[in-house]
Amino acid sequence: MEHLDILLTASFWAAVLRIASPLIFATMGELICERAGVLNLGIEGIMVIGAFTGWFAVYAGLPLWAGVATALLAGMAFGLLHGLLTVPLGLSQHVVGLGITLLATAAASYAYRLALPRVTTPPRIDPFQPLPLPGALAQTPLTYLAFLTVAVTAFVLARTPLGLAIRAVGENPQAVEAQGLSVTALRLGAVTIGSGLMAVGGAFLTLSAFSSFFFEMVNGRGWICIALVVFGAWHPGRALLGALLFAAFDAYQIRLQQTLGAAIPYQVFLMLPYALSILALVIMSRRARVPAALMTPYNRGER
Amino acid sequence: MRLEPIAAPTPARLLGLPLAALALTLAIGAALAALAGANPLAVFGLILKGAAGSRFALLETLNRATPLIFTGLAVAVAFRARLWNIGAEAQLYAGALTTVLLGTGAVAAPAPLLLPLLALTAFAAGAVLLLGPAFLKVRFGVDEVVTTLLLNFIMLLFVSMLLEGPLKDPLSLGWPQSPALVPDARLPRLVSGLRLHWGFALALAAALVTWAIMARTTLGFEMRAVGENPAAAAFAGMPVPRVLLRTAILSGGLAGLAGFSEVAGLKGNLTLDLSPGFGYTGIIVAMLAMLHPLGVVVAGVFVAGVFVGADSMSRAAGVPSYIADILVATALLTMVAALKLTRFRIRSG
Repeated sequence: MEHLDILLTASFWAAVLRIASPLIFATMGELICERAGVLNLGIEGIMVIGAFTGWFAVYAGLPLWAGVATALLAGMAFGLLHGLLTVPLGLSQHVVGLGITLLATAAASYAYRLALPRVTTPPRIDPFQPLPLPGALAQTPLTYLAFLTVAVTAFVLARTPLGLAIRAVGENPQAVEAQGLSVTALRLGAVTIGSGLMAVGGAFLTLSAFSSFFFEMVNGRGWICIALVVFGAWHPGRALLGALLFAAFDAYQIRLQQTLGAAIPYQVFLMLPYALSILALVIMSRRARVPAALMTPYNRGER
Repeated sequence: MRLEPIAAPTPARLLGLPLAALALTLAIGAALAALAGANPLAVFGLILKGAAGSRFALLETLNRATPLIFTGLAVAVAFRARLWNIGAEAQLYAGALTTVLLGTGAVAAPAPLLLPLLALTAFAAGAVLLLGPAFLKVRFGVDEVVTTLLLNFIMLLFVSMLLEGPLKDPLSLGWPQSPALVPDARLPRLVSGLRLHWGFALALAAALVTWAIMARTTLGFEMRAVGENPAAAAFAGMPVPRVLLRTAILSGGLAGLAGFSEVAGLKGNLTLDLSPGFGYTGIIVAMLAMLHPLGVVVAGVFVAGVFVGADSMSRAAGVPSYIADILVATALLTMVAALKLTRFRIRSG
């Protein structure tokens, strides 16, 4: 039963929290966008731009928290672009989102090559250090910020007038307009803030998990977050649970690789998280209630 | 703010806005070149020269366009029926995989028999890979964007596993690559001595056939109807799930052909870097072509030219070749916005 003993070690649970952190930020970001009625497929590229800008700011000499802020602002800029094209212009959210992902990924690659034309090993920065707490709780402040983000998102969406307006704009924009609120402003705001959170998720990779920037480092995490939003049925708490489950599975397969690695090719273990996401989607999408106006552009005066 | 439809757009609007989109794209490219310390005009000149400045350059561009035409067609067909196939990358590798499985000696047949067999199995492999997500969509309502995207990662790992395991070429000295195709499984060159192969002719034929299907057959009509308004199509008695599954076969199959063409025409074996994202670039190609199958050929050659030209410019001028990715992504976003604004104007209040 040595395979189950893994679950009892503090290092396993520490890894779970570490792996979950970037997913939690980005999943909350995507959830906010989708609750307001906008599918944001720019998530993968926005995480890349967050990973790059956060790292580059610190590499250029800024403090770590300024790196986080830089990533947040860069993500918000791309989110605003996504919002302007999909909300007032009403362009296809699929096309714009994928376009933003390609643009943001290319922009990060171009800027990296421009800044460091001839490096072969990616330069390192001094990342966030774990807090002096016992066992699995010894995490960097960014992980605690991720959990705080879930609490704030859940509170704002469920308990405040702003949250009510954001939810309503994803369900019935006509009703929001009738209340005298601006559908355009609410959706633009939600996409901008949500994209900022995605970028902070990306920055976690360079400022907390690793200490360098690699081209392929986001590696589909954005797409997994989109699956996690569906898995969480568009609720922050359940999405958090999904992210933790996913991270536990990921941390477990990494450890299984070490014990079973000789018998089973490592690619099988690496495939499992993606396969698990598809399976979770199949199980959950029958029960989940999608925001009614998701992917539907709103145009005043049209019904 | 609201959008107001324009009943009869003026020619100035119809032409001017797309031209403005192009100008904006070029302006951003110029700014990026200047940021890299290069002369923007020289950079554009070098891109043009690298893409079409010589017979060699032009054929290289057509070569690069070949997989993009296939994946562009795959995306155009699917998006027309609003089946969001983002998995052309995986379907391409599925086609490439069957091509090396059957073409490295497993099937002994003369070229006129072997090549059609390889093409058909590649088509089938790509089709099967998209049928899964399409089935999950029509049966369980699972969003196909996420499933097709995640399958890209699964497929690449699967290919990697095979290339390091049963499919590994024993003579490759540790490098993960498949054995080479037998000579009869290779597509001949269109122009002897230069790299352009018959895959390009196959891509043109595929574009014509796809156009004929979309414009002239019942299936094409049903696909367009389902894409325009699935509820109305179902109300009119169309079997929407079946139309979507057939769309998936055509779309996945076209992407599978891209893998066949790259392996049998260009590379001769399978490696993990067979496609530098042709499946994703196909989305840009399809959108720039406004989902028109013949437009895909033009857009595919254009996008390929930007990439080939930027590669050669990068070697000469030292501007990172990622400028090509930024240019095509910007062209995509500005063009869809411009095309929308030819039909609508923004009114405040």
